[in-house]
Amino acid sequence: MADHHDHTSFAHPVSVKLLVTVFVALILLTILTVVSAGQLPRPFGLWVAMGIATVKAALVMLFFMHMFWDKPFNIMAFMSSLLFASLFISMTLMDTGHYQDTIDQFPREPVAQPAAPAQP
Amino acid sequence: MATADPQVHDEHEHGEFIAHHFDNAEQQYDSGKLGIWVFLVTEVLFFSGLFVAYTLYRSHHPEIFDQAHVFLDKWLGGLNTVVLLFSSLTMALGVRYAQLGKNKLVAFFVLITMVCAAVFIGVKAIEYSHKWDQGILVSSAFNYTTVHAVPATAIGKALHISDYLVYLSAIPAILLVGFLIAAVGFTVGGKKILGIFCGCMAITAGGYFLGVVGAQVYMNVTDGGVGGSHASQPILLYAQEDHAADDQAGAVDDHGDANEEHSADDHGSQASHGPDPTKFVRDIGIFFSIYYCMTGLHAFHIIGGIIALAWILWRSLLGQWRSDYFGPVDYVGLYWHLVDLIWIFLFPMLYLID
Repeated sequence: MADHHDHTSFAHPVSVKLLVTVFVALILLTILTVVSAGQLPRPFGLWVAMGIATVKAALVMLFFMHMFWDKPFNIMAFMSSLLFASLFISMTLMDTGHYQDTIDQFPREPVAQPAAPAQP
Repeated sequence: MATADPQVHDEHEHGEFIAHHFDNAEQQYDSGKLGIWVFLVTEVLFFSGLFVAYTLYRSHHPEIFDQAHVFLDKWLGGLNTVVLLFSSLTMALGVRYAQLGKNKLVAFFVLITMVCAAVFIGVKAIEYSHKWDQGILVSSAFNYTTVHAVPATAIGKALHISDYLVYLSAIPAILLVGFLIAAVGFTVGGKKILGIFCGCMAITAGGYFLGVVGAQVYMNVTDGGVGGSHASQPILLYAQEDHAADDQAGAVDDHGDANEEHSADDHGSQASHGPDPTKFVRDIGIFFSIYYCMTGLHAFHIIGGIIALAWILWRSLLGQWRSDYFGPVDYVGLYWHLVDLIWIFLFPMLYLID
């Protein structure tokens, strides 16, 4: 945990040991996510990958960004951005089917990519 | 807020760092901290637009993502993830030593952070130039070919690297040489701190080339670089699925029936092992529109971070941090961690699609 040097009240240097431990955990999680990619059945792979990313993000925020020791108001301010970002995404997702009927009236052409180039 | 009390300025010998509208160092620090958190809020919302685009397209057209992600190399992406995580560690250490007033250690760790940032950009330059060589561009310009473009510039030919990489590397090269000259000049001229600063900036620019060389060696080892037999390395996965198709394509290639566009390519022996473009779903380029927007915006943030870190480095060299005044290091650190945070999500979203 933080070693408090009390001659000033607001500097909270985080111990090297904790920072390095967090870094090692982040690296291990990175290895885990790379190795597990493509190994899990369909819907789970995405959720596991995003779950690992969220844990990594939490580690960075809590310890590297000092959120563990920060003022509640700052934490609330930042967390509100995540709340609004998730609202943004979910509300937009709910609305995307709106023009599907119109889109369906224009059937797509089959693939129109250029053919593989021949070698000289 | 609080009215300035003239008394405050008199009693602190380090008062020069406390702006007159603050009561004391702690109030100044807390105000700055709230300010940077609010800035980070706007950054998150800024990026969230791209996250919306990604989520929408992936939920509606998962087939595009299934096909397109094989063009991204998860090992290069993973390397960049590790580099960024390490830079976050060194940044956090920099903040720690700023809080303890150890300016030399701050300068040291901030320099490592900057070098890591430059390495990240270097690896990204390899990834981008490699894609551009194969016409893997944004949706409207997407023109994939299984063959790597042959370099036309003198440097590209000599070093056997992509022309785009040569162009991209021009700016870091100029910065490297410029800062080296400036470092020598200032040192000789007796301006020692400026000399050290310019030397550190030259080291940072060198970090870009470290990233470029490392990633290029990786590309060559995996046979994915210019003239490599695997036009795009990660496609190994793909190649296994479509091996028969690839062999057919190879057979066609041997007829020597040159497509006009590629008549300049004289790598006759170069087999194309990329995925067969005729099998692409329509609008596969949309993935790359999103990819370039997300990683491009992120890369701009990295470059902005390097500039902000340079400012921190300069002030560290001047020895301005002390246990009651380290706010700027902390704020730039928070920004840097946010850039890392965004990459933590971008990496699985773009590189690790199963």
